[in-house]
Amino acid sequence: MPVISPDEINVILATDCGSTTTKAIMIEKIDGHYRQTYRGEAPTTVEEPAANVTIGVANAIAEIGELAGRKLLDENNEIIRPARGNEGCDIYISTSSAGGGLQMLVSGVVREMTAASAKRAALGAGAIVLDMIASNDKRKPFEQIQRIRELRPDMILMAGGTDGGTEKHVVQLAELIAPAKPQPRFGSEYRMPVIFAGNKEAWPMVRETFDDSVELSQVENVRPILDRENLGPARDMIHDLFLEHVMAHAPGYDKLIAWTDAPIMPTPGAVGNILKTIADTAGINAVGVDIGGATTDVFSVFHGEFNRTVSANLGMSYSISNVCAEATMPNILRWVHVDMDERELRNRVKNKMIRPTTIPQSLEALIFEQAVSREALRLAYLQHKEFATTLKGVQQQRTVGDLFTQDSGGNSIVDNMQLDLLVASGGVLSHAPRMEQTAAMLIDAFEPEGFTRLAKDSIFMMPHLGVLAQVHPQAALEVFERDCLIYLGTCIATAGKPVPNKVAFEYRITGDVTAQGEILAGELKRIPLAADQEARVSITPHRKLDVGNGKGQTIEKTVHGGTVGIILDGRGRPLLVGSETGYSRQDVSQWVEALNLYDNEPLISSK
Amino acid sequence: MAHAYTPGLKVTECTNLRVRRILPISGSVHVQKGQDVQAEDVVAEAQIPGNIFPINLANLLATAPAELQNCMKKEVGDRVEIGDLLAESKGIFGFFKTQYNSKSAGVLEAVSKITGQVILRGEPIPVQVKAYVTGKVVDIMPEHGVVIESTVAFIQGIFGIGSEAYGPIAVACQTPDEILRAEHIKPEMSGCVIIGGARMTNEAIAKAVEIGAAAVISGGIDDQDLKNILGYDLGVAITGTEKIGPSLIITEGFGDIAMAERTHRLLCSHAGDQASVNGATQIRAGVMRPEIVIPLDQTHSSETIDEGVVEGILEPGVTVRLIRDPYFGRIGQVATLPSEPQVLGSGSKARVLTVTCEDGEEILVPRANVEIIAD
Repeated sequence: MPVISPDEINVILATDCGSTTTKAIMIEKIDGHYRQTYRGEAPTTVEEPAANVTIGVANAIAEIGELAGRKLLDENNEIIRPARGNEGCDIYISTSSAGGGLQMLVSGVVREMTAASAKRAALGAGAIVLDMIASNDKRKPFEQIQRIRELRPDMILMAGGTDGGTEKHVVQLAELIAPAKPQPRFGSEYRMPVIFAGNKEAWPMVRETFDDSVELSQVENVRPILDRENLGPARDMIHDLFLEHVMAHAPGYDKLIAWTDAPIMPTPGAVGNILKTIADTAGINAVGVDIGGATTDVFSVFHGEFNRTVSANLGMSYSISNVCAEATMPNILRWVHVDMDERELRNRVKNKMIRPTTIPQSLEALIFEQAVSREALRLAYLQHKEFATTLKGVQQQRTVGDLFTQDSGGNSIVDNMQLDLLVASGGVLSHAPRMEQTAAMLIDAFEPEGFTRLAKDSIFMMPHLGVLAQVHPQAALEVFERDCLIYLGTCIATAGKPVPNKVAFEYRITGDVTAQGEILAGELKRIPLAADQEARVSITPHRKLDVGNGKGQTIEKTVHGGTVGIILDGRGRPLLVGSETGYSRQDVSQWVEALNLYDNEPLISSK
Repeated sequence: MAHAYTPGLKVTECTNLRVRRILPISGSVHVQKGQDVQAEDVVAEAQIPGNIFPINLANLLATAPAELQNCMKKEVGDRVEIGDLLAESKGIFGFFKTQYNSKSAGVLEAVSKITGQVILRGEPIPVQVKAYVTGKVVDIMPEHGVVIESTVAFIQGIFGIGSEAYGPIAVACQTPDEILRAEHIKPEMSGCVIIGGARMTNEAIAKAVEIGAAAVISGGIDDQDLKNILGYDLGVAITGTEKIGPSLIITEGFGDIAMAERTHRLLCSHAGDQASVNGATQIRAGVMRPEIVIPLDQTHSSETIDEGVVEGILEPGVTVRLIRDPYFGRIGQVATLPSEPQVLGSGSKARVLTVTCEDGEEILVPRANVEIIAD
């Protein structure tokens, strides 16, 4: 790879090879600042008849070339580097989730401790975790072996025991995995990569347990002592092996690897990277979500702690039927403010599952899909909160105030009251016809509390920027701030249960807009405030409610605007909608009206 | 743009189909290049390493793991039968010995001196691959499988459950819009591939299970009926391992929907002919649709297709099926392909096309919401 000084980088090309589409973007240095300028896309070409990923990459880059009037590919269809005049680029980078991404099996001695740490390392590296094998997972050894045999992961991560801790249980796990002879997903020629990141004292015995049928490697323990996780080395090794084994066996990747100026990263790993970078740089807590057709990825950074979960069967097309099965139809329909025939909806859901590329044509279909997305996001976020916990098994210091709580660690570190930025990505959120709809889906599903800024990834370029952050952090940050994020506005919401028919909070807004008034329990209100505007907002909640300063305490903050503006939310948290005790359909209709989510006319005319 | 690419389903009276029949692990191929094979002939076979029986023998004998080796009555690699003495503890001064007689048969694979665990591996599990279609072996992949070519009538469904099945075609519904009910299924259809019309009802499927049909093909199925049959709500469309009896294939989609007339006509024209059916569906990377394959007697000259979903060019005059509400199931011909994106009723902007339906009505739909009915 050519070494080039960051200051001399003026033109950057980045691609993301997705399962179906390869997306390419160009970033150029304009007036001393990096800006995303052109975008192209083409079908991914890993499968027959092309069976060479670089063809799709070249096609996507060619589209940019045509749009930009810049020659980016030479006569051999290879990227011209470095840039000279109106030709070529200085660096080229890529991410990939082609072929279903990286799929892993993880194991550890105790499900809640070392196995959970192994899972965190795998998820953080951008993998889908197919299963987690642990000594205490309540399955009998033959059931565990059967499971290992059935799965076809790309890689196995073994953890277990703190350094100097149990050896026997770690070796026992190795004795389950080794004879099961797990088969890799791609090709029968390569040996299954197995990473050992457990008790270093157990390593010689683990090594003895495996034969040559696997590619065994060792890294530092993911949990060397009980109260510390060390996920970095395992994560780096996963990335290396991903590149060496999984990628190298996908058609055409050897060539793509040679093209890139930085290691190819799994797409979700790159998205996590950029979110972590932005949260660390700005010193904020952030949550990002990418809702796709098959999966929903949730990323969070709270107090510098990064977590990522992938909800493998919560998505809007391939797995829409699973969302309906898990959430149940009454829970989906509680977000719908018009009459719909449930039997017809159920069949429509299945039809979307079998023909996943279709898009809603009628307003009714859009309303229903957005209702499904609220539930998919809600469930994915619940899973994320359960996963993103403090270390289990660690005794925590208690204060007198904690006297009556019996927690022994393992509390979620995701705290909606401390959330500063919520970023949306993925078709149903990014392509919603109105920004208000994106904001409403985010608020209803994630239930942010206090003051939370909302944004969306304009053209799904977070993966590109994630890998760019590795080689040119300044360019990645500049583009992220200027071109990637579209700020929707700021949501201000109370935590606690509002008293019906009473005032939830009083507000007073000064600055680029001025307003004041009261928000009643269950009420939503939008106050326009443009993206380049700021306002000082003072909130005094009802004595039973909290906006960040304690129950009934006034709080004042500067907020930023966006395409939607300020959303004042007096519905309380947790947000209870539907059933006998929750908000009614009439309330939902009022929210639709308050945020101007949909036109009523097409609904009436379609009847 | 005057044309665009879109996926479609293959429904054709005659084509040369090429199918790859591959073992999951290496094994032996039983046929030779150029050989004629019948659909149910076994063309390749492999032995998967047997199941594993871990035994925590050190615990059972109350001995230290490091001592276990000295207690073993069998060596690694030895054959062990049920009831064989596998190990015996040293006891105290040669008395009070504890014995362990194997409860499983297999080969002794490992004795761990660290955990005291013993691994027995059971009998190898045979995996057989059948030819699936009657035809000629045109290629051999040594130790892995074969490619078989055959001239067939070929129909891709949109969704199915169950695996490969074989049987003669029996027509139960005479028209494509006739709902397949229990009374259409006769006892003489046992072992047959039953052709319905519109939606297959729960009762009809129950009757097909009862008489032992090989497969049931119809236009649609209700989501609730599928849930009743499976006993659970299907979350993702990855199927093929269900064991309800017959394989089920729907050709159009979920709900009250008639089979496309051309598909029904084609299937009915082969009444009594032997068919191979596969209900396995996988709608993720590497799409797999269910299919009905009917080998033809005479050799036709025809284009050769490999298994998989067809991609076609969408252009004026092409026949398409509308695959999304509010027009779901309607069939028509592409009239125009406006290049500029247009605003839909939902408020979204999308690239669209106009379709002239069979009743003459012209409607505007997103390009993503049609599929080509390919010849």
